[in-house]
Amino acid sequence: MTGLDTLTGIPGVRGAMLANRDDGIVVAESVREDVDGAAVAALATSLARRLEAAARSAQGGSTTFLHLQATDGALLVAPAGPELLLIVIADKGVNVGRARLEMARVAELAA
Amino acid sequence: MSDEIRRLTAELAADPGSLVFLRLGEMLRQAGRLEAAAKVAIQGLSRYPDLPGAHDLYARVLVDHQDFESAFDEWDMTLRLDPNHGGAHKGIAFLFWKAGDLQSALRHLNAAADDLPGDGQIAAALTRVRARLAELEKPAPPPAPAPPPEPAAGPSTPAEAPRDDILRDEGLLLVDAAGLRLLGTLSSVGDGIADQVAADLAGVSREAARAARLLELGEWRTIAVESPTANYFLAPPTDETLLLIVRSATLPMGRIALGTGRAVEAARRWLETAG
Repeated sequence: MTGLDTLTGIPGVRGAMLANRDDGIVVAESVREDVDGAAVAALATSLARRLEAAARSAQGGSTTFLHLQATDGALLVAPAGPELLLIVIADKGVNVGRARLEMARVAELAA
Repeated sequence: MSDEIRRLTAELAADPGSLVFLRLGEMLRQAGRLEAAAKVAIQGLSRYPDLPGAHDLYARVLVDHQDFESAFDEWDMTLRLDPNHGGAHKGIAFLFWKAGDLQSALRHLNAAADDLPGDGQIAAALTRVRARLAELEKPAPPPAPAPPPEPAAGPSTPAEAPRDDILRDEGLLLVDAAGLRLLGTLSSVGDGIADQVAADLAGVSREAARAARLLELGEWRTIAVESPTANYFLAPPTDETLLLIVRSATLPMGRIALGTGRAVEAARRWLETAG
């Protein structure tokens, strides 16, 4: 049980997946038909790695949450243990606060 | 009130899609039944995630729970959905007042008064905030020595002071596409580390744009990154530059986001002048 379905049950969430932190390969996903989980994971993982490096340089430590907001949607990323990232892609109207709380629960399950 | 709550509860049970949850949630909140109010608000939000009133209701419940950070985020969301929402402006003004940011409180109270001109609470709060601001006004300092003459126009460097006060911030970096620091510093870590952070950010703007485009998310606007000790907020003043704002992890991300627009505008103006 990864709990990804609970994330996709949140209105506005188009997909949720767990991916390897290093290579972005998807290990579990729950996505709408129109969502390419592999592409989402690859792009999100790459961006997260870059920002993690910047945060570490700034002596902020490991990142605990990443939220890219765009005009038509959002990308949310959170660590799920040392090897995985939990990634959510959502429409612009999604309640980020709720998604974030649910992501924390799912990440804990997956870690 | 309990009869009315029972009636509204029955009405909502018969029609779960009804907007009556807004009235019911508020009545439960006023009756001190906060858990029930929170449940109604969350259920309403799950049906109507784009309804400003639902976020406003949940924010008020969160304030009653003393969860001010989450309340700020909910009101912030309310204002994103409805920039003139008087209730949200009023609520955020209260939070700014609590945090001691009187200017921001005043700004939001003025916006709230525009939307809700007959609200006595807002009028009273405006009077209080203005009085407090007047108290805090210090007498004028003695005349300072004449400032040095303006340097002749020339290429700006990161060491030169920009005109916009907001860009004097000590937790702010403006970085170009090649990872070079154009402006600002990170006071807690020094200029050397700030240069390293700038280098790490090279290409982030392009990568964010690419990801947003390929994933059909439109144009990227902001990236918020949280860590145990600091919150980072990124926004692109132009296609070729990236603005990084660093704040303590204790400051809610929604509040950082509110100040970002002004910083981005100031960075654009600075780029126009420096360029």
